[in-house]
Amino acid sequence: MTLPEIPQRVGAVSLAVLRRLGHNATFFVELMQSLPAALRRFYLVTAQIHAIGNYSLVIIVASGMAVGFVLGLQGYYTLSRYGAAESLGLLVALSLVRELGPVVTALLYAGRAGTSLTAEIGLMKAGEQLAAMEMMAIDPRQRVLAPRFVGGIIAMPLLAAMFSAVGIFGGYVVGVLLIGIDAGQFWSQMQNGVDVFDDVGNGIVKSVVFGVACTFVALYQGYEAQATPDGVAQATTRTVVISSLAVLMLDFVLTALMFSSL
Amino acid sequence: MGKRGIETLVGTFVLLGALAIVFLALKAANLASFTTGGTYAVFARFDNIGGLKVRAPVKSAGVTVGRVASISLDLKTYQGLVTLELDQRFVFPKDTSAKILTAGLLGDQYIGLEPGGDDKNLASGDTIKMTQSAVVLENLIGQFLYNKAAESGDAKK
Repeated sequence: MTLPEIPQRVGAVSLAVLRRLGHNATFFVELMQSLPAALRRFYLVTAQIHAIGNYSLVIIVASGMAVGFVLGLQGYYTLSRYGAAESLGLLVALSLVRELGPVVTALLYAGRAGTSLTAEIGLMKAGEQLAAMEMMAIDPRQRVLAPRFVGGIIAMPLLAAMFSAVGIFGGYVVGVLLIGIDAGQFWSQMQNGVDVFDDVGNGIVKSVVFGVACTFVALYQGYEAQATPDGVAQATTRTVVISSLAVLMLDFVLTALMFSSL
Repeated sequence: MGKRGIETLVGTFVLLGALAIVFLALKAANLASFTTGGTYAVFARFDNIGGLKVRAPVKSAGVTVGRVASISLDLKTYQGLVTLELDQRFVFPKDTSAKILTAGLLGDQYIGLEPGGDDKNLASGDTIKMTQSAVVLENLIGQFLYNKAAESGDAKK
């Protein structure tokens, strides 16, 4: 690239980014407008909760268990250096409920449900099903996109809560059953230190926000994918990357908003 | 799988999620310690509240009987005005005293109530008359150094 071309390229790329952002925003607004129609046909939403939520159960529960095990082990090693091994329950619960539950669930959700949404919609576009729907005066946003959006928003907090619950149980298994920390201390320290609204409530709010973000990115990438097999594959990859980045950055913003004033 | 089958599975999924949330709220957090009865508010003024925070426990004989509802500055007396919300099950005499104590050596601060011997009890809106402020570390050190200096001055005489 010659020197005079550089500002030209920078300008072109910035404008393209802005255009993309605007397109995202209009897509979001149109999606919101089609939400009431999706709520009227709730059986569509139910079918989507089944596809998104039920099929993600295995990976969420298995990962939650594993993360709980690791938290129990690592937490014990670090806390026992300061003689605070009894606080393991508190450490495991706070880490999961405040941060790891919503964030790791969102990342796994983006990987499993997000890619499946993008691929499904991208293939619908490639097979001209969306165009056929528009021919029949059926709004594809109302029939296809909005039920998936609502299904994702409903499924995410439930998955995150299950992740946290299973993780706490995993920490209990490692800390109390395997290592031998006192069970009473484990649960009582946890119950004293975890607040329902400040910790569990904020975690649920976070998971709802992440659900909105991941599902929206998945739907957008699928809807705007190039109508070729290669285009669908690229859109799937973009979904995972963009969702993951969005989740992690949103997590920082939300944590700063929610927990910094404590 | 028909529509019925899918609905059943989704219902199971939502039920599991709700159970997880309930487990987190009850077993992992402190929802169970919310007072199901009512509370009544009592005021107390301290010269220095130290590190007392809102939602700090109010304990009597070590048992939690309430929470600190709010902390503000009383502009008439320039003392810290603390509102305590006490569980309605626990009544204290009018001459109860309130102290700001620290849980453990470096723990959070809480309010300890020591009951007096009055016949009448504290009602909602009453003020606790006898209070003891928090220990401020700098004053303690200053006091210690002053005592040390006074001792060595006496020894020289």
